Amino acid sequence: MLLEGWGRYPRFESEALGLGDPLAVPGLVASSRGIIARGNGRAYGDAAIGTRRTLGALGLDRMKAFDPQSGRLTVEAGMLLSDILAAFLPRGFFPPVVPGTKLVTVGGMIAADVHGKNHHRDGSFGDHLEQLTLVLPSGQAVACGPSENADLFRATVGGMGLTGIITGATFRMKPVETGWIRQRTIVAKDLAGALKALDDSDAATYSVAWIDCVARGAGLGRSLIFAGEHATRQEVSSERPDAPLLPLASPGRLGVPFDLPAMTLNKASVAAFNELYFRRGARNGDKPFLTHWHPYFFPLDGVDRWNRIYGRRGFLQHQCVVPPATAHAALAEILDRITRSGKASFLAVLKKMGAGGSLMSFPMPGYTLALDLRVTDETFALLDQIDRIVVAAGGRLYLAKDARQSRQTFEAGYPTLGRFNDLRSAIGAPGHMASHLSSRLGI
Amino acid sequence: MTENRKTMLLIGATSDIGRATAMAYAEAGWQVLLAARNVQSAQRNADDIATRTGAGVGVHALDILHSDAMPGFVDGLPVLPDTVVCVVGEMGDQERAQVEFDHAAMVFRTNFEGPSLLLGHFANRFLARGSGSIVGVSSVAGDRGRGTNYIYGAAKAGFTAFLSGLRNRLAPSGLRVVTVKPGFVRTRMTAGMKLPGLLTAEPAEVGAAILAAAEGKRGRDVIYVRPVWRGVMSVIGAIPEPIFKKLKL
Ligand SMILES: Cc1cc2nc3c(=O)[nH]c(=O)nc-3n(C[C@H](O)[C@H](O)[C@H](O)COP(=O)(O)OP(=O)(O)OC[C@H]3O[C@@H](n4cnc5c(N)ncnc54)[C@H](O)[C@@H]3O)c2cc1C
Ligand SMILES: NC(=O)c1ccc[n+]([C@@H]2O[C@H](COP(=O)([O-])OP(=O)(O)OC[C@H]3O[C@@H](n4cnc5c(N)ncnc54)[C@H](OP(=O)(O)O)[C@@H]3O)[C@@H](O)[C@H]2O)c1
Repeated sequence: MLLEGWGRYPRFESEALGLGDPLAVPGLVASSRGIIARGNGRAYGDAAIGTRRTLGALGLDRMKAFDPQSGRLTVEAGMLLSDILAAFLPRGFFPPVVPGTKLVTVGGMIAADVHGKNHHRDGSFGDHLEQLTLVLPSGQAVACGPSENADLFRATVGGMGLTGIITGATFRMKPVETGWIRQRTIVAKDLAGALKALDDSDAATYSVAWIDCVARGAGLGRSLIFAGEHATRQEVSSERPDAPLLPLASPGRLGVPFDLPAMTLNKASVAAFNELYFRRGARNGDKPFLTHWHPYFFPLDGVDRWNRIYGRRGFLQHQCVVPPATAHAALAEILDRITRSGKASFLAVLKKMGAGGSLMSFPMPGYTLALDLRVTDETFALLDQIDRIVVAAGGRLYLAKDARQSRQTFEAGYPTLGRFNDLRSAIGAPGHMASHLSSRLGI
Repeated sequence: MTENRKTMLLIGATSDIGRATAMAYAEAGWQVLLAARNVQSAQRNADDIATRTGAGVGVHALDILHSDAMPGFVDGLPVLPDTVVCVVGEMGDQERAQVEFDHAAMVFRTNFEGPSLLLGHFANRFLARGSGSIVGVSSVAGDRGRGTNYIYGAAKAGFTAFLSGLRNRLAPSGLRVVTVKPGFVRTRMTAGMKLPGLLTAEPAEVGAAILAAAEGKRGRDVIYVRPVWRGVMSVIGAIPEPIFKKLKL
């Protein structure tokens, strides 16, 4: 079967097999090589495509137990985040960390050690895990956690599926009074202003900046910073007395039903979009207002299959993180190149990160910038130049978004790779657990 | 959550349609009892439903081919349920069933004899109590025998006739019997088959349709989950036999 990631680049043939019963996983894993797990395929590049076989985990979709006292939830690894939200938001619980889409599995969230808008305060998803069940290449199922088979745990969280198949996990949900977010918008006139605004929002639970990638010169890096808090029952009942306290998601009505010609995303249309978005955001000014949880956390999930908007050749997401000391200079240079190239991306998101998590986790203290670029003949060379800036700044790229970085860039960004490889060797993973990402990067 | 919640029993709890049906009842506030021959896989669904909805869910062992054990099974339940839904079924292998008669007998017994006998036990107890609803999942395959699946079809035809007769018998006492003909459903039974999109339902649709038909204000006797099936089946039913017998179906 021809498989692709969310960016629709690259595409590879791989034999697709569905996992339905956790008890059947060990036999299947032990008896095949060149395999990797696949959750909901939201990684952008080649991470969830096995060199020979790809084991789909969506059938591992049962919840196991929930304790309302502690918020502790145990689920199978193919469980979608959207199912967790649907079952628990009405009961007043929210996941500890959510990425920018709810259409991901718990296994994918662990393997990529995903971060959310609260990373600066709460860390990544792996920081909230109490236990996971991992089927090793040998077929043996082991439980691991922060204090149980800790080495294996630290390699599996953020390990991009390369230590085995995760079949289940336990983590803590957090209590919330409402499904509303009290949002504040801060306008920053340039990049320095944006970084400062993010620093000033350290105390906010959630913060993220949207950068206008078309603005150049003095306005380079002009941004809107969205800070947010879970609204209290009292705030909602006084400001929106008619609103339900714990509203469910309304199913997205928009959709991109076919491949739009790549033309729709030309420079002029992106510039117009950015102008509009920036003005609309700026108008809301400093005054806090209530936002429904769904558009706040998952704005893109409102448009079905929006990845088709970039046309058949697909698109690339480039997400780097750079340390605080070099951040301003490096990000300014990256933005300058992007804006001058005229390949301004639809989305550019800037976020402050706190301490790093596991062995191969992406987050580290600093600032992370994510850009989307349509695949064209020139995109690859442009991104290679940007990678050199990232490496020189002491940064790294996010594997869940990557489809093209070089081994040199990867090795420079992940100095713990040696330890990861040693652990993989010890459990017989090399050659056994193998994705196109791992073979491209020499893992 | 009230103390005197209603209870439903789902027979065939490892099936995808069964799981979705039990889930629909649990979401509507019912207590759920699951019965299956594979208790371990049924427990996986029980935990799932309980965790998602907060409903109480119990698991009970039952093999639909063991008719001697049925009275003990029914009396061993914690309560006599308000509604019982049977989704047990087995498509079998038509070509094999044409030559291996044990296989044909297993298909007959799993789709017709077993479910009918078990629902008969519930019918008698519901009558004695004066309340209760019965739902049987049959199939459009039973509406007319076709060369490619008439062993399964014949068994489902028998079950459909059983349900219709039972409905007729229980109606004067105000008890409801619902026959479900799901059409195509995307489940383990049909995995790998090419299914026409418009005619194919998701398990959750079947679950919701069963709940509405059995418990809704306006009850229904026979449901085709996707309404187009009613039309399709009346066309198929109207083809004269001399022509029908020559069609490759
Ligand atoms: C619109 C959008 C917004 C996003 N926003 C963010 C964000 O804000 N923050 C962030 O961190 N990420 C973000 N992501 C990336 C996404 O969260 C990750 O790629 C995540 O891993 C996807 O989960 P998935 O279930 O789709 O996994 P897949 O894409 O199917 O797989 C991703 C990786 O996880 C591994 N994996 C999956 N399941 C298992 C398993 N059961 N056992 C072992 N390994 C497994 C795969 O082998 C692969 O390496 C975003 C993606 C999109 C499309
Ligand atoms: N899928 C469709 O398109 C479709 C269409 C029309 C009608 N149907 C009917 O819908 C019902 C559910 O089907 P499904 O699609 O959900 O398929 P399924 O998953 O194969 O369900 C069949 C169920 O019957 C159970 N079963 C079989 N033999 C049994 C026995 N001796 N004792 C106890 N349980 C037994 C199976 O249990 P095990 O797990 O232990 O095998 C399984 O739970 C069936 O009656 C089927 O005929 C399905």
